Amino acid sequence: MDEQIYQRESIPVDSGTSRSQFWEGFGKGLPIMVASAPFGLLFGALAVDNGFTVFEAVLMSAAIFGGASQMVGIELFGQHIPAWLIVFSIFAVNFRHVLYSAAVGRRIGHFKPLQSLLSYFLLTDPQYAETEKRAESGRAVTFIWYLGVATPIYVMWVTEAWIGGLFGNLISDPHALGIDMLLPIYFLGLVMGFRKRDNWAAIVIASAIVSIIAYKTIGSPWHVSIGALAGIIVAVIVAKPEKAREKR
Amino acid sequence: MSSIFWIIIAGAVLTFLTRIGGHLVLSRFERIHPRVEVALNAVPAAVLTTLVAPAAATADWRGLLALAFAGLISLRFNALTMFLAGAAMIILLRQFS
Repeated sequence: MDEQIYQRESIPVDSGTSRSQFWEGFGKGLPIMVASAPFGLLFGALAVDNGFTVFEAVLMSAAIFGGASQMVGIELFGQHIPAWLIVFSIFAVNFRHVLYSAAVGRRIGHFKPLQSLLSYFLLTDPQYAETEKRAESGRAVTFIWYLGVATPIYVMWVTEAWIGGLFGNLISDPHALGIDMLLPIYFLGLVMGFRKRDNWAAIVIASAIVSIIAYKTIGSPWHVSIGALAGIIVAVIVAKPEKAREKR
Repeated sequence: MSSIFWIIIAGAVLTFLTRIGGHLVLSRFERIHPRVEVALNAVPAAVLTTLVAPAAATADWRGLLALAFAGLISLRFNALTMFLAGAAMIILLRQFS
């Protein structure tokens, strides 16, 4: 039986000056900023097309800070759907963050209370992936580093909603520019970044198969939570806790 | 304030709850059981895969080719190179459709 219980991770020691840590994080945030730029601009333009003011488009990017859920929100708004259902859909699309939140607590548990609140607010998919990779490499996940990653992403995301809202739809043919494939390509890169982890292939295969089935039967966005759960269950079933413990 | 304003505020509050909620639940426990640890370690691959797989399953051959190409690039190069290579590939392929 695996009755051994882990202690919570100890607090990592700081390494390097705050300034160097900020810029190290900033360097990780820049590629994410580039990859998310088309969506930030597209969101601003579509929001205004769907009856939002520029202010409302900027507010939505600043307050929600989650691309897919924002797109769903503005799409539903154009269709005379009750407000509560739009809010619920935003919640459903963002539900996967519960899992990131539970997992990342082990990495940023040593942040001060206000730092924590801000950090959880900024917890997007790529922010989570970068934090996991940083912790995995054995380097300290400090608040300054975390903020360095988030700053370029957040500032540009909000700015893009404004630019997109002001200048309207600059992207005349989204299909020709492959807009529909950019996010999957980006997320595939994040998935590949974790390929050295235990049982990665088994988890990916299970999540992929179940999320595709759920997508075609139950529908979006629940395929994300259902597929993720399948991958996690497979990980728990195939894992050998004794081995994992030895490696630590 | 318009209904849009309140939809945004409510959406933001619920989104923040998803981002802090998992941590709040888990932090109720002093220690983390090894099985839970294994589950948490599986989160990146398990969640991020679901953001790729259905798109791949419903993509045209050009999209699939771009994804496969980007996947190969990611074995040797960093995430930005991989993203730009994949984006270049899909844009190129779509010019001839």
